[in-house]
Amino acid sequence: MDALETAAVVHLPRSLVALFPGAPRRLDSRGSTVAEVIDELDQRIPGIRNRLLDAGPVIRTHINVFVAGRRATLATTVPAGSDVHIIPAVSGGSG
Amino acid sequence: MTERVVLLVGTRKGAFLLDGDAGRRDWRVRGPLCEGWPLHDLSIEPGTGAILAGGGNNWYGPAVWRSDDLGETWSHSSEGLTYGDDGPKVTTVWNVTATKDAIYAGVEPAGLFRSTDGGATWQHVEGLRQHPTTPDWQPGNGGLCLHSIVPHPTDADRLWVGISAVGAFETIDGGRTWETRNKGVRADFYPDKYPEFGQCVHKLVMAADGGAHLYQQNHCGVYRSADGGRQWEEITPGLPSQFGFPMGAHPRDPKTVWTIPLNGDDQGRYMPDASAAVWRTHDGGDSWIRSGEGLPQKDAYLGVLREAMAVDRLDPVGVYFGTSTGQLYASTDEGVSWSLLADNLPAIWSVEAALVG
Repeated sequence: MDALETAAVVHLPRSLVALFPGAPRRLDSRGSTVAEVIDELDQRIPGIRNRLLDAGPVIRTHINVFVAGRRATLATTVPAGSDVHIIPAVSGGSG
Repeated sequence: MTERVVLLVGTRKGAFLLDGDAGRRDWRVRGPLCEGWPLHDLSIEPGTGAILAGGGNNWYGPAVWRSDDLGETWSHSSEGLTYGDDGPKVTTVWNVTATKDAIYAGVEPAGLFRSTDGGATWQHVEGLRQHPTTPDWQPGNGGLCLHSIVPHPTDADRLWVGISAVGAFETIDGGRTWETRNKGVRADFYPDKYPEFGQCVHKLVMAADGGAHLYQQNHCGVYRSADGGRQWEEITPGLPSQFGFPMGAHPRDPKTVWTIPLNGDDQGRYMPDASAAVWRTHDGGDSWIRSGEGLPQKDAYLGVLREAMAVDRLDPVGVYFGTSTGQLYASTDEGVSWSLLADNLPAIWSVEAALVG
């Protein structure tokens, strides 16, 4: 198995990528936990960690992270080859 | 070189810039900028002319935005804009004020941060939240926000801040220690109407006389101080209401200020009798003059928030205000008459007037 096959694939939302001109919507990560994935993201896209994490550190209240389709925390393990989706929580009614 | 005005407008749905011509008659609207983030305040960094914008996004948190090319491109940062992992979470930025030495950011929950690298990183000015009154600070209806930052024009160690439902503070040692500055200001909502703190300051501004005279629009009246806030004197008589949010100070005449009274905190918070008007004084608040010329005089249920009034430095001075329903008005004759610049913006939270060459 080569290195790319073992990487997780991180999917970023449009509204987040828009804050970092040139950032891709999809990239590979070798982090073994969600916390490590976000640290790695921040090295490649400086400042993105502050957009995703609040004091604690914890994932911001209205940001959801899914690993292999399941809701995750910073401590959640990221298996090799899995998909990590970062998705803003649904919001409606406030205009 | 002919200077022209650029209006920096913070709204619930991003920043808008209005580029004015030399006569302040024609305006071009640009926006929404900053990815539509809710922005409480925009200002200019002296020396560089960079635009700074402070706010917070429901998903991505608080940040200060910066543009070095008059709004064409932007960056943002909240690095260091935190009370630490064990502290309360910073939700949004209410005020960004730059001096020639530093940029200050006022946040919610109330606190002050300073940047000396153009907003790339921030350091907490810890002395303010170490004030002995801090454990008893209580949020008002608008939250526990530090919304007014008033630097002394020549003394970099001296600074005033205003915190909703807490009051005004001053430091004379660069933020290490602070003292309350609320003597003479009423707090109608407490049994003791003149407590040391707890007054609901809505906007704090400095007169143009070198740092001694301050004005404030408070939840409970309008006030002036001749000694940097150590003692306040009420100047509400002559106004139709004690309640309002914004205030603007003349850039050269220390006795001229503008305010926009609203009908009351429990009566809808719109302009009295639904008739739009800006009020001004030319004698430091001894008397007030109403101007509704060019503003809607009936069925105008308009509100104006604390940061949504600005003045430019031209002669005659231009005065500008935006409403919480998206109308932007301007006066090019120091508040005597008014005209509508934009009618359908998102809810306006802040207005600033920048001069560009």
